[in-house]
Amino acid sequence: MTASLRRVALAVALPGLLFALWWIASDDSVSFYLPPLRRIVAAFGPTWSPRWASHVAPSIARLVIGYAGAVVLGVGLGVPLGGRPRLRAALEPVLELARALPPPALVPVFMLLFGIGTAMKLLVIVSGAVWPVLLNTIEGVRAVDDVLADTCRCYGITGATRLRVLVLRAASPQIVTGMRQALSIAIILMVISEMFASSSGLGYAIIDFQRGFSIPEMWSGVILLGVLGFAMSIGFRVFEARVLRWYHAQRRVRGEP
Amino acid sequence: MTTASPEPRRGRQRAVLGALGLAGAAALAEIVPRIGVVSPRYLPPFSAMLGALGREASSPAFWRALLDTLQGWALGLAIAVTAGVVLGAVIGSRRGLRAATASTIEFLRPIPSVALIPVAVLLYGAQLRSTLLLVVYASFWPMLLQVIHGVGDVDPVARDTALSYRFTVWAKLRYLVLPSALPYILTGVRLSAAIALILAITAELVIGTPGLGKEIGVAMSSSAVPAMYALILVVGLLGVAVNVGFRALERRVLAWHLSVRTEAAT
Amino acid sequence: MTAPVLEVRRIHKVYDGHGRTVEAIRDLSFGCAAGELVCIVGPSGAGKTTLLKCVAGLIAPTSGEVVLGGARVDGPPPGMAVVFQDYGRSLFPWLTAWRNVALPLEQRGLPRAEVRRLVDAALGEVGLAEAHAAYPWQLSGGMQQRVAIARAIAYQPTILLMDEPFAAVDAQTRAELEDLTLGLWRRHGVTILFVTHDIDEAVYMAQRVVILSSSPTVVLEDLAIDLGAERDQLATRSSPRFAELRGRVYEQIQRAKQARGAGGPP
Repeated sequence: MTASLRRVALAVALPGLLFALWWIASDDSVSFYLPPLRRIVAAFGPTWSPRWASHVAPSIARLVIGYAGAVVLGVGLGVPLGGRPRLRAALEPVLELARALPPPALVPVFMLLFGIGTAMKLLVIVSGAVWPVLLNTIEGVRAVDDVLADTCRCYGITGATRLRVLVLRAASPQIVTGMRQALSIAIILMVISEMFASSSGLGYAIIDFQRGFSIPEMWSGVILLGVLGFAMSIGFRVFEARVLRWYHAQRRVRGEP
Repeated sequence: MTTASPEPRRGRQRAVLGALGLAGAAALAEIVPRIGVVSPRYLPPFSAMLGALGREASSPAFWRALLDTLQGWALGLAIAVTAGVVLGAVIGSRRGLRAATASTIEFLRPIPSVALIPVAVLLYGAQLRSTLLLVVYASFWPMLLQVIHGVGDVDPVARDTALSYRFTVWAKLRYLVLPSALPYILTGVRLSAAIALILAITAELVIGTPGLGKEIGVAMSSSAVPAMYALILVVGLLGVAVNVGFRALERRVLAWHLSVRTEAAT
Repeated sequence: MTAPVLEVRRIHKVYDGHGRTVEAIRDLSFGCAAGELVCIVGPSGAGKTTLLKCVAGLIAPTSGEVVLGGARVDGPPPGMAVVFQDYGRSLFPWLTAWRNVALPLEQRGLPRAEVRRLVDAALGEVGLAEAHAAYPWQLSGGMQQRVAIARAIAYQPTILLMDEPFAAVDAQTRAELEDLTLGLWRRHGVTILFVTHDIDEAVYMAQRVVILSSSPTVVLEDLAIDLGAERDQLATRSSPRFAELRGRVYEQIQRAKQARGAGGPP
């Protein structure tokens, strides 16, 4: 068995086993709340193809826009804060408090201030997803190597170029870590903002099914959410591998895990 | 030529700057609603929020809710940490297990815990177990991953030494695995603690299980806006306390741990 | 005698921080004529790096000034290139060797063809023409330092500062790099200010050696090295004149150390 075949087999083995166990164990289930996996899988197509354009696609769009906004805001604020220790010291307690506010608890606030439209949902996503990006960007910018920074000064590399070729590149491993954490937060907040106060979206649909006791449909929605989360994390891995190619290769050469 | 001068000018400077920042934020929160940039109906002045906070603190319902939240948080965290440590230790100790479970973990981890909200509602209704379902599911993964990493990070030289001295499983666990895994375990507990609090509040808010989150929802639907903000502030302070507390715990335990390690080495 | 391209006038540097005041440099003055290779040597802690940073405009002296090409240095001046000791940290790990060398030139706004010509030539001169597509961490320590030197040469500076550039490589590589530097110096005629703690290296390479005392630093002597233009690792280093000069430098430094030990702070 070739190496890559083994790797694929290993990756599929346990999930496949668990899936099969779930299928078999639930097959003769008469529980209302835990229907057979067979029925859930059968309900997938009919449930989601009519709802794709009206619920799923807008949810994903909101997620992507909100996430992008969080990244831009986090990096945009993190870079200047990272380079100004006094400003950072002044804002530290405020930021510490703001980031400890659980974003779901802020949903009522945002609803009050911004109604229940798309703007509110986007703000909810941004308000939670910005923190890991912001904090990691600050750390990454702080940790820029000072010998490298001196080198840039000596060779007259300043301003926007310095930002591009030195600060952002050097901080990129840390920023990407923040972006990864922000992605899972963004997904959670997208769903919450829709479960709580909405008339459209994936989260809304799932809660609607639950309220209407359409159980297999509800479970199919839960699984769809899982697939969505999984697909996004794979996509992010691909992105990370490209952007941080130099970093991963360097760590490999140095023998770091 | 050197001269000595009294110590942390730096630490004090930072504390002063931080206090200024807080004062500035409070002032902003006071002024903005008063001058009408945002309607005070939706964003009450900071003083009104503090007033509502005072009123809450004198109501027994508030303290009951606080205890409920803490109960859900602590119980869920304990379960998640225990499960994470046990499973993580088992998986992390064998490379084969790590490889076999990697894909499953990678699939289950990104599933947003909120996806379980409808399931929790169906199964347990608005009770503690709903909260626990959400809290445990969300806090388990960071703990598991940290423990796997920590257990797998054992120093190869130390491990070879233990093997050559024929350490028992128990001895290996105690002298080999635990010291190297401890920093990761502590980091995992800290991360999980923060996540557990957020999920506890979420469960209470969305599902309606008893706790501060539920009170926030009640305040909102009864248009008690200053009280709502006050409760949110309390949750925020709770979060800060959890973060700061666990970070301090981490530092304390690791300081002892490092000093013990260097002693053992000499 | 050509007018000095670099003048260091009565540099005085005091560090004030962390509750202590440290006088790193008390009073330093010397000059560098165009095309000269001057070595600065002194014991560890002699403030050599501080001096270099003042000359490079990276830090400002407490009093005194540095004049380069007639203009006062007030921040890193154009036309100056620096090679640091820590090559691992002075090269951009996300750029290939070629891009590392090219970056300052691109920043200057030179046309593409010109940049390519200069970079290829510089890499060729340091013997790394084949390694241009490699990343710094794929290269050995000596090769990384060559990239840094190539970057400095391609920049076509009026003055090249080197801060203990070969202290972190093995002795064999150090000898190669010393000769490489001498070759580049002869071919390009660039002024070089070379800081080192290695007395042998200083005497081998320099036309003049500026001997520094330990902290608080002053110039002990400005010694002319009359070993001739052609230097050879074997022949020059085993010549009697080399031994004399070397002995003189060593003596100076030892005497300064003893004087400090006798009358200095505890």
